Amino acid sequence: MATAVMTTLDPNSRSATRGMSDLTIRNLFIIPTIVFLIVFNIFPLLYSLGYSFTDFRASSPAAANFVGLQNYRELLNDPFIWSNFAITAKYVIVSVVGQVIVGFGVALLLNRDIPLKGLLTTLLLLPMMLSMAVVGLFWKLLYDPSWGVINYALGLGNFEWLSNPDMALYAVAITDIWMWSPFVMLLSLAGLSAVPKHLYEAAAIDRAGSFYTFFRITLPLVAPILMIAIIFRTMEAFKTFDLAYILTSQPTTEVISIRLYKMAFQEWQTGRSCALAYIVLIMVLAITNIYVKYLNKVKER
Amino acid sequence: MRKLVTSALAGIGLTLACGTSVYAQDKELTIFWAEWDPANYLQELVNLYEAETGVKVTVETTPWSDFQTKAFTEFNAKGSAYDMVVGDSQWIGAASEAGHYVDLTDFFNKHNLKEVMAPATVKYYAEYPSASGKYWSIPAEGDAVGWSYRKDWFEDPKEMEAFKAKYGYDLGVPKDFKALRDIAEFFHRPDQKRYGVAIYTDNSYDALVMGVENAIFSYGGELGDYATYKVDGIINSDQNVKALEVYKELYSFTPPGWAKSFFIEDNQAITENLAAMSMNYFAFFPALINEASNPNAKNTGFFANPAGPNGDQFAALGGQGISVISYSNNKEEAMKFLEWFIKDETQKKWAELGGYTASAKVLESPEFQNATPYNKAFYETMFKVKDFWATPEYAELLIAMNQRVYPYITGNQGTAKEVLDSLAADWNATFKKYNRVK
Repeated sequence: MATAVMTTLDPNSRSATRGMSDLTIRNLFIIPTIVFLIVFNIFPLLYSLGYSFTDFRASSPAAANFVGLQNYRELLNDPFIWSNFAITAKYVIVSVVGQVIVGFGVALLLNRDIPLKGLLTTLLLLPMMLSMAVVGLFWKLLYDPSWGVINYALGLGNFEWLSNPDMALYAVAITDIWMWSPFVMLLSLAGLSAVPKHLYEAAAIDRAGSFYTFFRITLPLVAPILMIAIIFRTMEAFKTFDLAYILTSQPTTEVISIRLYKMAFQEWQTGRSCALAYIVLIMVLAITNIYVKYLNKVKER
Repeated sequence: MRKLVTSALAGIGLTLACGTSVYAQDKELTIFWAEWDPANYLQELVNLYEAETGVKVTVETTPWSDFQTKAFTEFNAKGSAYDMVVGDSQWIGAASEAGHYVDLTDFFNKHNLKEVMAPATVKYYAEYPSASGKYWSIPAEGDAVGWSYRKDWFEDPKEMEAFKAKYGYDLGVPKDFKALRDIAEFFHRPDQKRYGVAIYTDNSYDALVMGVENAIFSYGGELGDYATYKVDGIINSDQNVKALEVYKELYSFTPPGWAKSFFIEDNQAITENLAAMSMNYFAFFPALINEASNPNAKNTGFFANPAGPNGDQFAALGGQGISVISYSNNKEEAMKFLEWFIKDETQKKWAELGGYTASAKVLESPEFQNATPYNKAFYETMFKVKDFWATPEYAELLIAMNQRVYPYITGNQGTAKEVLDSLAADWNATFKKYNRVK
């Protein structure tokens, strides 16, 4: 495969006349990327693993002392950290489920011949093109109990979306659903348009009901691509920081990345925050692995 | 190709050469501060320095919410982007122990600043450790929490009559926290979209904690013994429990959605006709007497943080001192600037521009005290202020206090006693971790 790609170098091209071999060109493209990855990703990753076993504080000139597993032990015994994880889990479930329902639903609606379909799809994609910080700032205004549009439109009076500790996390999730449902919609739409039409025709001939058609034809065929959307969204939701940080400061919305930020850059507990970052990384990897296994199973069907 | 590369390199070299030569001719100083009005006043002040000496001084700012993070990131990297910083009073322990600040003790003693500046500002902005005689910054912007109120609501004869009938005493500027609470309750009328009081509740940095401190200090309480790090029986004392309860009660008289409020929201409470009284730093009061930013400017009055049940009267300290950063390339030039900054006429000019000078002489002058409706309250407050911990691990102490106190005040979780007992345990654990106590 690789050689097939490489032999396509046109003998009359400038590179070829300059005497560059295929190998040189390949290296020219690949080496900078690998160097970049090593310098900015792999090296810090390993370096911070080292720090996670020390009491290092970036704010202090004192040398780091090796403390073994103490950081991990204390973090996993800290009830506040566990409550941060519970909040994150709740947030991930609410926001990803919401995005799948809304995104897939809209995709089903759009998956037919309607006028201005292209324009409509583009407009629906707008939210996800905005920056998280901007979305956070203007949803904060929309949710405002005194002058926000949402309460006015829904006739909710002074309902406190962001100050109510029980509601705040849902308010953040609603904003996230608004922003990222279009992403799920886009992928689902791609999946839906790839379902062969003759399957539906066959189902119609067999007089299959619409529920049966949906659960036995549409969903199984779209499932692999939908799973990819879910993997992306779960990973992103797990890492959510900006939206929750900007919208509210309720302890009930303190997702794990906000705790991590405070630990690393307000308290300057560098060693311990590296340990927490590793715990989060392991969790994200584990969850992603489960998904990928499931995705492969779905594909095999 | 080779020609192109050569000429490009020559160009870059020329630019660099020009750049350095310009740099060598004009000395420049950069002061880092948070983004707020006093920073603009400081820029106006330092423009005078440039006019006098030719040294250009720039005040660079960043929003309050990431001021601490940005400053310490730069310090930790030993960066020379800033020559001086107008840093928060709590930072002084962390910044001095880590060697980020230049020791200004000699400068302080040479100019006898201990006498020149108001005592509280020396104690909290400049000296670390407590009572050590070592100084790390020059008090620059004095500040403390005060209150603004709606004079027109307070002086309405109908309201005055109704208040007297309900509470048995005259409606007026609250003398103590009980009166503050009564007035807040009295004016709290959600059906008329009018609310009792605006207080600090934002828990992302130190707003909520400073709000609570106002109650604690006036109730005669303390956060702990700053010299011995003892907190048990101090942070969870009976006075503090009562103070926390009254702060929670005040929260029930705030406008809707008041769970993430700091100085912007508290000033809005007055400008938008939301609340009868509002807690805020004196530094934000200039906007309230300006009719362009406050339609109720003529009807806005000011008072100092009221006393507690035993007559103690204190307020939470804000404000900052100016420090020289150890990694600056222009330390000598920065020291020259400080010599200019502490001159009496500079301090006077600083006060005229809107800065809150810490110079005792200027503060005591009748000109200063009569310059605005709130300057007298400011002068009185600056002699009875207290501050949060200034130890290097203050951020952990602050976050622990936010974690314990915020759910109680805004979310009805637990009792004041439970909250403060848990906080005492958290703080003890932190001090043990850093070997401050055995």
